Parts: sequence; structure tokens; C-alpha cells
Amino acid sequence: MTDMQTAEMADNNSPSTESTLSEISAGDGPPKMTTRNVNVFYGEKQAIKDVSIDVNMDNVTAFIGPSGCGKSTFLRCLNRMNDTIPIAKVTGDITLEGEDIYAPQMDVVQLRARVGMVFQKPNPFPKSIYDNIAYGPKIHGLATGKEELDQIVENSLQRAGLWGEVKDRLQDSGTALSGGQQQRLCIARAIAVDPEVILMDEPCSALDPIATAKIEELIHEIRGKYAIVIVTHNMQQAARVSQRTAFFHLGTLVEYGVTSDIFTNPVQDKTRDYITGRYG
Amino acid sequence: MTGSILFLLIVILGALAWFFGKAKAASFASSADSRSLVHSRPNYHGWYVALWAIVPATVFLIVWNLVTPGLVTETALSSPAAQQLPQDAFTRGSILSEARAIAQGQQDQAFNPLSETMVEPYRAAISWYQTLGMVAALLLVFACGVFSWLRLKPELRARTKIERVTMITLLLASLIATITTVGIFVSLIFESVRFFSMVSPLDFLFGTEWNPKAVAGPRGETGFGAIPLFWGTVFIGAIIAMIVAIPLGLMSAIYLTQYAPANFRQWMKPILEILAGVPTVVYGYFAALTVAPALRDFAVSIGISGASSESALAAGVVMGIMIIPFVSSMADDSIAAVPSAMRDGSLAMGATKSETIKKVLIPAALPGVVGGVLLAVSRAIGETMIVVMAAGLAANMTANPFSSVTTVTTQIVKLLTGDQEFDSPKTLAAFALGLVLFIVTLLLNLIALRVVKKYREAYE
Amino acid sequence: MNNVATTSGVRRPTDWQSDAMQKRIAKRYAAERRFKALGLTAIVLSAGFLAFLLLVMMGNGLRGFTQTELPLEIDFPAMTGGASASQYEGPDADAKLRALGLQDIVNTSIELQYGDEGTELFSGGAWRAVSNAILDDPALLEQTATLSLPVESELDVAYKGDGNPEAERKVEELSDQLGTGFNWNFLGNSDATDPMQVGIWGALKGSLITMFVTLALAFPIGVLAALYLEEYAPKNRYTDMIEVSINNLAAVPSIIFGLLGLAVFLNLFGLPRSAALVGGLTLALMTMPVIVISGRNAVKAVPPSIREAALGVGASPIQVVFHHVLPLALPGILTGTIIGMARALGETAPLLMIGMRAFIATPPDGVTDPATVLPVQIFLWSDEVNRGFVEKTSAAIIVLLIFLLTMNAVAIYLRNRFETRW
Repeated sequence: MTDMQTAEMADNNSPSTESTLSEISAGDGPPKMTTRNVNVFYGEKQAIKDVSIDVNMDNVTAFIGPSGCGKSTFLRCLNRMNDTIPIAKVTGDITLEGEDIYAPQMDVVQLRARVGMVFQKPNPFPKSIYDNIAYGPKIHGLATGKEELDQIVENSLQRAGLWGEVKDRLQDSGTALSGGQQQRLCIARAIAVDPEVILMDEPCSALDPIATAKIEELIHEIRGKYAIVIVTHNMQQAARVSQRTAFFHLGTLVEYGVTSDIFTNPVQDKTRDYITGRYG
Repeated sequence: MTGSILFLLIVILGALAWFFGKAKAASFASSADSRSLVHSRPNYHGWYVALWAIVPATVFLIVWNLVTPGLVTETALSSPAAQQLPQDAFTRGSILSEARAIAQGQQDQAFNPLSETMVEPYRAAISWYQTLGMVAALLLVFACGVFSWLRLKPELRARTKIERVTMITLLLASLIATITTVGIFVSLIFESVRFFSMVSPLDFLFGTEWNPKAVAGPRGETGFGAIPLFWGTVFIGAIIAMIVAIPLGLMSAIYLTQYAPANFRQWMKPILEILAGVPTVVYGYFAALTVAPALRDFAVSIGISGASSESALAAGVVMGIMIIPFVSSMADDSIAAVPSAMRDGSLAMGATKSETIKKVLIPAALPGVVGGVLLAVSRAIGETMIVVMAAGLAANMTANPFSSVTTVTTQIVKLLTGDQEFDSPKTLAAFALGLVLFIVTLLLNLIALRVVKKYREAYE
Repeated sequence: MNNVATTSGVRRPTDWQSDAMQKRIAKRYAAERRFKALGLTAIVLSAGFLAFLLLVMMGNGLRGFTQTELPLEIDFPAMTGGASASQYEGPDADAKLRALGLQDIVNTSIELQYGDEGTELFSGGAWRAVSNAILDDPALLEQTATLSLPVESELDVAYKGDGNPEAERKVEELSDQLGTGFNWNFLGNSDATDPMQVGIWGALKGSLITMFVTLALAFPIGVLAALYLEEYAPKNRYTDMIEVSINNLAAVPSIIFGLLGLAVFLNLFGLPRSAALVGGLTLALMTMPVIVISGRNAVKAVPPSIREAALGVGASPIQVVFHHVLPLALPGILTGTIIGMARALGETAPLLMIGMRAFIATPPDGVTDPATVLPVQIFLWSDEVNRGFVEKTSAAIIVLLIFLLTMNAVAIYLRNRFETRW
């Protein structure tokens, strides 16, 4: 596991034209996902302007910024969830393991299995806990039999730290769980399809502090097994869970770097203003 | 004709009353010493007088028209011509009603010569009461109008009074729906009770032979066993029609909401709604003229026996087509009510669109869809013209869709469009069937609305 | 929580590129395409049914607006013994022509031209066509005129391509003389026993009178009830009861309203059978809930800020509603009303119950005259054995559908034109 304090600032990628001061890549080894000069348009309106960021396997990457800054929009580009919005248009290059995910031959169904997502509001399906977890493996054919499926469900729930709480009531409805449990169920659901990257869109904003702490602990547990990208507007949370932080403002990437640097010694004035609470 | 002249006269007098009332109030408003006291604008004073002039007279006329028929008959009976009338109540009644019809100009000639003798007394009595009512009504207009006009003074709260009357009118208007519901229920129950005094409810509800006769047969059988009708209704409305309407309606809704490009949806939705706007008599004619013969020929060609040109299948299929837009719009609403987070959650797992629809959206929308289907069934079983024109009259208990079956609504029409006596059990049976139909559709609706409501609440 | 990592075991990354996985993906996409195609099929089938229905009605019905005609030469001066045109002008010309024995004149002319059995070729109403032609142009009476007159029904059907062998043979013989003309009778006449003479005017007028009664009752009551329920009604059990009954009435089968009309309006109140008044009353009870429901939605859509603004300048609650809320909600209420009226216009079953299925040969003149309506007329004609009625039935359906589509189009236009987004 990478120690974030000693991480080198690997500057082996050329900076993008506009965010010249941002570090595109951070962390050891080859990046899991890279984005170059990404623009997103909603009809006429440009929501993301020329963003380039690398996401590393070993790190938790946090996207912060005031609401409406485009951080969630950018996150949704990484597994092409923006495809579900008819007017959204994405330009630029986004790769997963070197493959262009917007290339015509890229299969969006496989892509989303490899890049899982956890949403702002817990959204378990109105099915049993078991079926919620088994849904992904079933549609992707990841289990060859009932036993293997049971095993996947158990493993996923254990990884999400939910097994102990629900193992006796796997047939209860997923919607009957508490908010925090529902969100961990959604994380377990994402884990069950064995993704390489997990995107989390403000996963704790609908939860109380205790549930939030559990989710943060969970993120810490699974770091290194998946590349994790988390959008949050809670700066303390970004500081607690992430090793890399990207600060977005009005659709542009203002600054990207090691979390501790961003919070203690930001390069940009805007970042400093935001972090010290001048606006947001 | 006198009625409409009287009505016109009252309206004109009302307008005059309005004018006088307003003029008097305008004089308060302009005179210096009373101006500060004026509560309402002159307009309202005008309405105050006008309503006083019109409303009591109108109420009086309504009551008068309800009570005079009885009074007219009594007066006519006290005339010398009435002495020769037979004592037998039935012939007496028919003579009297015939005489009255002639006197009122609804009928030209009498079948019974005795009726002719009663025409004159009737005519005299009717015109006497009419004149009396007219004079009284006009007097009432004047009396009330003048009375209220004299009561006008600057501090009169005319607006408040007018508004109170308006409010009562509003309340009465909203009560009409309740009165209608009660009216339906009471009239159906009333006639059904008369029917069940002649035919046992058990025979009616559980009997399997439908062959209504005016008099009971040798073993006391009456031929009022409604089970074949219930079966026919369910077979056509709840089975065949739904087999057509549910898949087509549901898949149409899914395609329109989930797949279709915006402009396709914009055109297709109204086109589907036209299906719901086509009158049922047109569907009935279509079923009888085109669908039924085609299905019969088809059945004959594949060797099915008992194929009839009036078939359950023809009526059911056409009814299903009629119901498609209904099912489709209910399904549309239910699917739209599923939070988009569900859909996104499934898509983000890498599910395809159809997997998301089949495994997440439909199960989540199921209660709403089921509610919609129940409403559709309730509509299908109450549908009349298609089955009257295409399903036939033979009360068969068969599951062969190519044979003829009959339904509750068909039999209601058949029983009531003959020229029977109103009191015969055959006529009254229609009301008993109507009562069953009313209760069943009411229950289906209540259940469906409850299911849909519960479902909506679950996602709010 | 902390033992998660240890129990999870060794993870084998999924090999998305493996053949098995690729095959599976291909299968899933095939299922996706099938499902989508299924949806499209459902839509196309549904729309196809509609198109088929309309085509069948057009195919059968358009012929109903035309009639087959044979030319007939009438030597009026010889036949009438020199009647002068000026005698047959003015309002009572019709009766005078009758007195002149026009029917015999026409029959004699037919026999002269087509032989003794010639009258069997022509419609029984042929002489009326001659009469109308003279009324239009009395000068005809002073000359020898050739008029195109309608043929009898079987010949008409045969000429239009659907007749029996005998009629086909006659058509064959007369083929160079037979022609087609527009059937004005169909728009101007009422019901008749001869399909060549039937028309929809009587039924259409009955429909219009019935709709007038329905509108006059259902619209004010519906609007007032909607205003009361939405603006003033206290939330209590009685209001709930009213709401429940309105919602249920909207779903009660129409035939039940017919039973109500029969039991209450005819048997209890003694109103005349077959009258547009009773039909209108019955349909008003059916239409009123539709207007109330759409009216409530329209009233609900008026934002509270408007009410507050009016109350703020000192308007009474009644003034607020009648001066501000009602005018703003009116387009929505009208849309709902037109849709409700369109439904009432197409309604048949309840009117059968109250006797509006009578044979109406003269159009009704008032609300209490015996009348029938267009859908019932369609139903009655559909039962006729004579093949000539098939096209008349479909033609009447076309007229009814034109009315309904126009009403719906107006409703949609109103909705789009006046729909305000607050």
C-alpha cells in the first residue's frame, strides 16, 4: 500500500493547456484511468472545460468544489452514465487501462461492470438483500452456480462490512435497511461485479455522522483493491479518506495534487479561498 | 310553450329588478350624507333584488309542477264524465294516462273510446292549474322583488348576502355527484328488491341456465341463472381483452417511455390516444363487420367446430384494442413514478436497458401496473356496444373463444329494449344485473385506486 | 468490520475478453434488440389496428356519400299539359308539384324510356329528386329535360361492386348509362326504410340537441362543483364523500347511467321516452364528473400567489375565485369539457336504455320531441339486413369520427395554446 506522505509527484504527463498548474497524474505505477482535455456540454451549456486527470489504483481520489462546479458531471463521464442524458455530449479522451472508453468498439455494459458506481442517495432495488447483491453477477454471468453466487454475495457483504448485520435476513427487502446500511448495501452491490474502479458520488451526503464514519472506514478497508474516486463537498471527509484531491470550480479543474498539500499548501488562491471557507 | 314564455317573463322581470335595485343603490352612493354608510357596490344591490325576485318564484314553480299532476287527476275525476269510468284499477289507469297524453298534445287519438270523454275534463283541469300557477308565480316575483327593493339601504350588506347564496349554489353543485351516486344505488336496489321478490337471489347468482321467461316453468325454474352471463363477461372482458391489451399496452408504454426518440413519442402518443376516443359503437361495428367473419373463416379453415359469426374472440380482441391506450397510459404513469435512481443504479451495474426494464423498473412499477389493469378490467366488463354487436345472445358456458357467449351488459340491453311491461321479472332482471355490474366495477375501482395510491406513496 | 480483508479471499479478476464472456455479451445484446423490437412491434400493431379500422370505414363509407344514377328524359310540357314555370315558385311549390302528380309523371317517363319494368330500376325516391330539381329551377317545367336520378338499392350496391348476380347482370346491361353522383340526400334526410333515401340529418340534429342539453347542465354544475371542492370545501368526511363519489362516477359503466335514466327520469319523473331532454340529462350526469376532475386540476394549477395578491387588495373569497382564479383556469376547464363532450357524443348504450332507438323519420324540433342520435343511428343501421345499409353505416361513422376528431383537435389546440407554466 502506498504511503501518501512519501508519494512522489510523478509528472510524466504533459499538463493540459488551461490547467497548467495542476498535476495530472499522482501516485505510483501506471494510472488506472486517464482523462485528457475532457469537455462536457449539456446542449449549449458547457459543464466541464478541458479537464485532464489520472486516477491511480492505489489511491483514493477525491473531487471537491462548490456545488454546481461539475465534479459529479465529470465523475459520470468515467463510466459513461452521462449517456443516459440525451442532451449531454462528451469530448476529449478518457481511457481505462489504455482503452478509450468512448471508442465505438467499447462496450458500455462491460465498461460499467468494470467501473462501478455508488450514488448520492442510497438506491437499493426494491428486492431482497440477496437479490440486490446477486443482480450484477447474475446479469453478467459471473457465477456458474447457486453456490458460487452465494459465495459472491457473502464475500461482497463481508467486504462492505454488512455481513454480520444482515446474514440472518438476506431475504428481507433491501429498502427495509437503515440509510447507512442501504448505502453499504449499494457498495456491496458494486463490489459484487468485481469492478476495477469504484466511483462514489457524495456517498455520505444523505447519512448521519455514525453511518458516515462506517462508510469512510469501509473506503479505507477496500483501498488498494479498487481504484476509488469519491465526490464530496465535505472537505474534512476528503482530507480523511483520500490521498489525492482535485479541486473543481465552474467546470474547470483548478488544482490536483496530494491531499495533504492541497489542504495545507495550495498553489492556487482560489483553492485556498475555498478551503478556508471564503465561498462554497 | 307557455312554460318557456313564463320562464322568459321571469328572466325579464329579474333583469328589471336588477336594474331598479342598482339604480336605487347608485343614488345612495352618490348622495353626500349616505355615502359613508354604503357597504356594497350598487351592482350587488341589483343582484340582491334580482335574486329575491327570481329564486322564490322559480322554487315555487318547481314545487307546483311536482304537485299539480296529482291535483289535475283529482279535479278531472271529480268531473261528471268520470262517473262512467270502470272501477278496475288497471284499465282505469290506462284510460286516465291516455286521456292526459291527448290533452297535453303528446298523442293524437285514443285507443279506448272512454279516454276521449276524459280528455275535456283533463284539458280544463290542466289549463286551470297552469293559469293558477302562472299568476301565482308572477305575483311572487312582484311581491318579493318589491319587498327586497324596499329593504335596500346604504348599510345593507348586499355583497355578503349574495356571496352566501353563491356559496350555497356551489355546495349544491358539488352535491349533485353524491346525489347521482345515491340515486344509482337506490334505484338499482329498489328495482332489484322487486326482482328478488319474484326470483330467488340464489337461483339468480348461482343458477347456470339463462333463458328468461315471464312465468316460471313446470318445476318452478325461471331461467334467471346468471352464471353463464358472468362467465361470458369475464371471458371476454377480463381474459381475452386483457390478453390483447396488457402485452400491447405495456410494451407500447415501455417503448415510448424508454426507447423512442422524442419526436416519435410526440406523434405516437396522440395517435394511440385516438384509439381510446373512437366511439364503442364504431368498434362494435368493426368487430361485427370485419373481425368476426374473418375469425370465423379462420376457425373453419383450421377445423374448429362450433365457430360462430358472433364470437367471444372477435368481441374480446376488439375490446382489447380499445383498452390498449388505457393500459399504456397507466403503465406509462407507473413507470415514470419509479425514481430514476433505480434506473441509474441498474445501468451503473452494467445492466442493459432491457435488463433494467425487466428486472428493476417493471417489478418496481408492478403495483401501479396491476392497479391500472384492474381499472382496465372494470372498464372492459362494463363495456356494452362491442359485446352487443359482436358477442351474441346465446348464454353458453364455453371456453371455446370461437363460439358465441353473452355478457351482463348485452343482456341488460336485450331485456330493456323490448316492449315489456315494466313490472315483469324480465325487465327487473336487467336492474339486478346492473346492480351486480355496479358493485363489481365499484369494488374493482376502489381496490385499484387504493393499490395505485399506496404505490405512489411508497415513492414519495 | 475489521476482518473484512481477511475473509474475502483471493480475488480473480474477471476476464472480460474471454470467449465465454464475449459470447454472453453478444447474447445479452441480442436480447436487448429483441426486446426493443418487441416494443416497436407493439406500437406498430396498435397503430396498425387504428389504421386498419379507419381504412375499413373509409373503404366502405366513402361510397355511402355517392349514389348511382340513371339518366331520365322527361318531356314536361307534354306530361303536364303545359304547366307554366311561374305557377311553381314560392313557398308552397312543393305541395303544388305533388298535386300536379309529379310522381306519376316520373313513373310514366321511366316506363317510356326503360320499358314496363323500368320503375324497378329506380329508387322509390327518384321523383323527389325531380321535385327538388324543379324547385331549384322552375324553368325545367317548360322544356324537355334530362335528369340523373338515383337507382334502386341493389343496383346501386352492384354498380359499386358488391352486389348479387342478378343485379350485376342488370348493371352489365346498363353499364354505358349508369353514372355516379353526390348523394345530397344522405346529408339532408332522416332515417328511412330504403337505404337510397336514408340520411343522417335527423340523427345529427338529435345529437346536437342532446349535446346542448348535456352542456347546459354539466358545464355549470361541473365548474361550480370543481370550484367549491378546490377552493372552499372544508377537509372533512362530507367532502371526502363527495370526492369519492365523483371519482367513482367517472368510472361507472355508461350503461348504468342508462338504467338510472330509465328508473328515475322516465319512470319516476314521467319525462317523455326517446326525448333529447332525457338523453341530455343522462349524459350530463355522465359528463359532469369528467368536467369536475379536469376543472379541479385546472384550478389547482393556478398558483396561490394570485389568490394572495387578490386577497391582499381586499377582495372577498368569492371575488378572488370568480375574478381571478376562474378566468385563469378556464382554458383547462374548457379542454376537459370538450373531451367530456366528445365522449358523450360517441355514447350509445345509456341512450338505448331510455328509448332513443326509435325510428325517427322527421328531425326533432325541440328537447321533448322523439329523437335519436348519431351513434344510435349507426347501431340501428348496422342491424339492417339490406346490403345498402353497410355503406350508409360506415358513412355515418365517418361523419361521427370527423366530429370527434375535430373536437379532440380543438381540445389539444386549446391545451397547447393556453397552457401556462407558472
